[in-house]
Amino acid sequence: MAEGTQQHPLKIYFFVWTLLFVLSAFSYWVDWYGFESYARWTLILIFMMLKAGFICAIFMHMWWERLPIIAAVLFPCSAILVFVFIMWHESYWTLIIRRIYFAIAGS
Amino acid sequence: MEESNQNVQVVIPEKKSFSKEWASDQKAFKGVPWGKAMMWIFLVSDTFIFSIFLISYMTVRFSTKNEWPNPSEVFGLHVGHYNVPLLLIAIMTFILITSSGTMALAVKYGYEKNRKMCGYLMLATAVFGASFVGMQAFEWTKLITEGVRPWENPFGAPQFGSIFFMITGFHGTHVTIGVIFLFIMTRKVFRGDFDTGRRGFFTSQKSNYEAIEIMGLYWHFVDLVWVFIFAFFYLW
Repeated sequence: MAEGTQQHPLKIYFFVWTLLFVLSAFSYWVDWYGFESYARWTLILIFMMLKAGFICAIFMHMWWERLPIIAAVLFPCSAILVFVFIMWHESYWTLIIRRIYFAIAGS
Repeated sequence: MEESNQNVQVVIPEKKSFSKEWASDQKAFKGVPWGKAMMWIFLVSDTFIFSIFLISYMTVRFSTKNEWPNPSEVFGLHVGHYNVPLLLIAIMTFILITSSGTMALAVKYGYEKNRKMCGYLMLATAVFGASFVGMQAFEWTKLITEGVRPWENPFGAPQFGSIFFMITGFHGTHVTIGVIFLFIMTRKVFRGDFDTGRRGFFTSQKSNYEAIEIMGLYWHFVDLVWVFIFAFFYLW
């Protein structure tokens, strides 16, 4: 990063733009090709994180921001992962309860 | 205007240590335009709203006893004799990425105070966004005529409908609001508001090309959310 100034050459935008197209094509290809279970989920997550990362870093200029600002944006978002973890366990618990209930009550 | 030269450089405030900046006197993030800081804060809060929708989708999908409908088939289209999976969704994804690219370039040309290029690229972004909303309306119509409702659907787990309408509806609302603002900003760019510093109708603040970057942040965020919806709802 140039000290004190900010200049973005056109090249980097076109590069990221093309990359986003390619990555989207890859994620579509995951469905087209018919990957299943773990291979499918891993590939979807990889392409998703790459796309999200490039949009955030280059298109939203996060890469050129100061660290305290980046932290102010990204740090609260880590709480989401904790919530995902909690609800993931919660949903399996609900499923078990439902299975038991329907086994006893029928249907 | 004298200052409309080609290579205007954006000045970044001096670097300060992490703790110094967060414990800053009177106000944090000195030197950052307030509009930009506020947009980032709004986007963080919006991230929470969308993630709550996606988390409730995960919870509902994992806890249902019924078979979850296969999105690849539900959102497939017939082209001639072929059944192409997820065709419309793929086109929508590519359109949104295209609009994101034109928006990024509009921000770049905005900082260079290149009024015409900035305006045309903003207009292109707005048109791509509007076509995205159009396709989403088509998709909703198709699913509603097939009998998908928020409480039932012919393909499997009844929760599918409510999650689909909730998540895509909320995202579509964001895109629609974005398109409206893109058209407003395009008009402002072409009228030269950002070159003359004309005062805003509501805020009475002097217009500045920073507004284009703030608009860009919002638009890229809408694209960002679609990346997650595409991965978790349509592909998973």
